[in-house]
Amino acid sequence: MASSFSAAKITQPLPLNTTTTRSPDNPLFSSFKSAPPASSFLGSTHKLRIQRPTSARAQTRSGTVVAVSDVVKEKKLKSNAPTSNLLITKEEGLEVYEDMILGRAFEDMCAQMYYRGKMFGFVHLYNGQEAVSSGFIKLLKKEDSVVSTYRDHVHALSKGVPARAVMSELFGKATGCCRGQGGSMHMFSKDHNVLGGFAFIGEGIPVATGAAFTSKYKREVLKEGDCDHVTLAFFGDGTCNNGQFFECLNMAALWKLPIVFVVENNLWAIGMSHLRSTSDPQIWKKGPAFGMPGVHVDGMDVLKVREVAKEAIGRARRGEGPTLVECETYRFRGHSLADPDELRDPAEKARYATRDPITSLKKYMIDSKLASEAELKAIEKKIDEVVEEAVEFADESPAPSRSQLLENVFADPKGFGIGPDGRYRCEDPKFTEGTAHV
Amino acid sequence: MASIFQAVGAAAALSSSNSFDSKKFYLSSRKSVSERKGSIFVVRSDGRMSSGRVDKLVTNAVATKADSAAASTASKPGHELLLFEALREGLEEEMDRDPRVCVMGEDVGHYGGSYKVTKGLAPKYGDLRVLDTPIAENSFTGMAIGAAMTGLRPIVEGMNMGFLLLAFNQISNNCGMLHYTSGGQFTIPVVIRGPGGVGRQLGAEHSQRLESYFQSIPGIQMVACSTPYNAKGLMKAAIRSENPVILFEHVLLYNLKERIPDEEYICNLEEAEMVRPGEHITILTYSRMRYHVMQAAKTLVNKGYDPEVIDIRSLKPFDLHTIGNSVKKTHRVLIVEECMRTGGIGASLTAAITENFHDYLDAPIVCLSSQDVPTPYAGTLEEFTIVQPAQIVTAVEQLCQQ
Repeated sequence: MASSFSAAKITQPLPLNTTTTRSPDNPLFSSFKSAPPASSFLGSTHKLRIQRPTSARAQTRSGTVVAVSDVVKEKKLKSNAPTSNLLITKEEGLEVYEDMILGRAFEDMCAQMYYRGKMFGFVHLYNGQEAVSSGFIKLLKKEDSVVSTYRDHVHALSKGVPARAVMSELFGKATGCCRGQGGSMHMFSKDHNVLGGFAFIGEGIPVATGAAFTSKYKREVLKEGDCDHVTLAFFGDGTCNNGQFFECLNMAALWKLPIVFVVENNLWAIGMSHLRSTSDPQIWKKGPAFGMPGVHVDGMDVLKVREVAKEAIGRARRGEGPTLVECETYRFRGHSLADPDELRDPAEKARYATRDPITSLKKYMIDSKLASEAELKAIEKKIDEVVEEAVEFADESPAPSRSQLLENVFADPKGFGIGPDGRYRCEDPKFTEGTAHV
Repeated sequence: MASIFQAVGAAAALSSSNSFDSKKFYLSSRKSVSERKGSIFVVRSDGRMSSGRVDKLVTNAVATKADSAAASTASKPGHELLLFEALREGLEEEMDRDPRVCVMGEDVGHYGGSYKVTKGLAPKYGDLRVLDTPIAENSFTGMAIGAAMTGLRPIVEGMNMGFLLLAFNQISNNCGMLHYTSGGQFTIPVVIRGPGGVGRQLGAEHSQRLESYFQSIPGIQMVACSTPYNAKGLMKAAIRSENPVILFEHVLLYNLKERIPDEEYICNLEEAEMVRPGEHITILTYSRMRYHVMQAAKTLVNKGYDPEVIDIRSLKPFDLHTIGNSVKKTHRVLIVEECMRTGGIGASLTAAITENFHDYLDAPIVCLSSQDVPTPYAGTLEEFTIVQPAQIVTAVEQLCQQ
């Protein structure tokens, strides 16, 4: 790939569908004319974000280049009747809508509960990014895996973890999905194949790569020929400057692992603007550098995300290898509930608020006569009840007792060793009571 | 070549337990008979020793060739091999037994492993099962953890243990913690192994002893092998364990030769090994220092001392039973380790013994460790950083005078 310094001109930063810049700085970056896609990826190669293409992009590697789903947008605008050129069926639309409403309602309730002192620590809310979670995860099977970051409540909910289990976990109760031992940043579910929940950024990407490796191993070594489980790794823009990201892109492309790397680029890593920390802010370009397609998609539009996701997940399932999908999205709240969120420009926030994924989908569904206002309202009401019930359940659940303290340190508790009396320490009743010193 | 007396001390402990699956343990009651200068030594299955002193044990601190005593044992059953071959044998047996066992690391496949531990495995099992990874320790260790969570049993080889410092993030945060933070939903049956320790003028970065850095991580077990017998046994036990285990090997011990049994066996991960029973002083050691200790023991015996030498083998958790019984018998403890002085395994062991067996001590515990110095390249300086047999002899003499 040619370096960005091959550009003759340095262009202004690219606005997103508006005319104002999105950061106070004027970052330097070159633009390009993208080559036509070599694979069956959707979408035209037109500008979504490019103002003036100035230099020809040099030949990329065997992976395909950018696909920007402008075509999807055009398709959406054109259709007015519920004919077959709609992007989504009614059932699918309602499913996705319900999932996004659940995510939003749940996170709003989390904020309330936090300020009421029911949950503590670092809580990172997902408001505004629901399109990415619902767009991707609703296409998965139960056996597929999802790996997330600390902003993981909604990923867990989309994958099917019951809201009461997640709320309980946040309250630190024994009925939580991780028995109260994980907390907000560690949502795990073996039943639903949610592999976490990681507090350090980038930490989950190798784990996701490992889950994808297992899928390939099962198919090729264990001869479970029909194993086509896909893994999705979600992470943010800040993570894309981390070594683990690049190392895993390399390994995934090298071994053609069935994984999709989903970047939730919300432009801010706590208070660090993506443009201030990244030499080349266009993350999707880093995919082809490793030999996999890099796709950029409007992450505030669930239908666009869904189209891209279908393609990427299909690729992985067919054994064609990984894909890097950059979803341009935005978080409406601060980084966490402890973040005063003073650094971001209110105009920027307002701009993105008009692109709220939930209102967009609602409008689309009503305009294309896929659903009536009443149906959607009924869904919202239903979700309200689900969330309320989750809070009640969590409130009434017991806190973990002392005996739980040492239970899950080792899968095989013999790992605590042999005590002075010759018996394994885990046989000591103090261990089952949780009062022993390890 | 050192013949090793295997203590089966905890067999009694195991047989009394009902709460876990003891089928996992193949600790058969072993009787090993060795003939020395006129004395016969028998290890009973319940761990009690009989008979008297042993006169000569070791001829070299680090044995690199077969002892002449091997000739006299030619009629014994079993087969002779080098330590790295023993590791390979254990690995191969486990890979045959369970198709989910796989190996990941740099140069483990086509190259056969930088110390030949995985030689011949890639042609036999394929490139996916014996995976040559790019040089990305943090990520491929994390990948092994993700694979372990989803059903495989990977073994991660660090080409040199020191390289695993790059994987510290994954080892500490994910390997040790995920079973707990997931509320017990996911197990991480991963084995992380590799050669460490001070070699022959390898320089500071290649001479690191990571056991002291990893020992605080909750949720992992650490073992150190020192003979072909326990190398194979610990490798197999580590692979079969549901816990994440870090197996420390030593660069200079790979060419040790020993005769090991033909039949299948496993060493207990949590147990220490009685190397030489004695009465006057307990010497606790592990890995290569075991051989320095045994060389010092030769001198000590000639001077009239009777040291009890225990190879602690399990660095985390400590086998307080074997160690405690020894302390109660001898009342003096010397710890000889290759870790650095500050925050090493010896420091933890000293604390653990003081806490549990303070009443039985006649003298303060003495801990001989390597100096807190980045291992120098120059051979003479390197010699001064680690503990030598002469220092061990002096320390024993001083301790026994108190």
